[in-house]
Amino acid sequence: MTSKPYVKIPGTATAGEIIAVKTKLKHPMETGWRQNKNGQTVPRKRIYKFLCTFNGTEVFRADLHSGVSADPYLMFPAKIPGSGVLRCTWTEDGGREFVKDAEITVIS
Amino acid sequence: MTKLDLNTIRLSRRQVVALGGGAVLAMASMGLSPLTALASPKDAKKMLADLVGGAALNKGRVHVKLPKITDKGPFTRITISVDSPMGANDFVKAVHVVSERNTLPEVASFYFTPMNGKAEVTTRIRLKKTQVIVVVAEMNDGSAYIGKGRTKVSLGGGGCG
Repeated sequence: MTSKPYVKIPGTATAGEIIAVKTKLKHPMETGWRQNKNGQTVPRKRIYKFLCTFNGTEVFRADLHSGVSADPYLMFPAKIPGSGVLRCTWTEDGGREFVKDAEITVIS
Repeated sequence: MTKLDLNTIRLSRRQVVALGGGAVLAMASMGLSPLTALASPKDAKKMLADLVGGAALNKGRVHVKLPKITDKGPFTRITISVDSPMGANDFVKAVHVVSERNTLPEVASFYFTPMNGKAEVTTRIRLKKTQVIVVVAEMNDGSAYIGKGRTKVSLGGGGCG
């Protein structure tokens, strides 16, 4: 199963502007209750943690449970103080991490 | 003798049904309910009390945007916004989303910082059936605000949520 992260932000912003960060990760978010064709239970494997940082400082964090859809989509605002890198990290059950960076430059 | 035994053992259909019902009730009271059982509004309330830590839940300030009716229960778009200046001294610390009729009540928790500038989040959640979604916003000073949204799931929901 390939899991591909997406982070969509505008390339440029003015200092102090509030931008919308759109993130998505292709992931089945198995709850551990589903049965496959052969009647075996599919083991639980879901994204349980999401973290977004800007130049190392935390912007937004989320704990996801069984009630979140497959391919978890999150849209949240972020206030941009200056140019830098927005890093989004998804953590899967078992500790595997998916990381995606997005750059933004501040224009006056 | 055998005839008498049979007479004492034999139960009517009505009695068997009553016994079965009793057994299910006993199981539920012992906390042995099967996993397929649904969460109840009571569970959701308990869950919220645990999350917020016993703070009083005030009404207002929390806006929950959900579709009135959906045929895609496992992919229901939800937008939550909280009225807050999001300054360094007054901001929304956390937003908890709890379902009243899913298999498990917890859906998600979002943690904001003043770096957000605005307290708003959009995501997609799983709805097993028609229900009320309860959202609680925790402020940095410890107060809590509650908001609710309801969606009718027109098709068989699913998605295990």
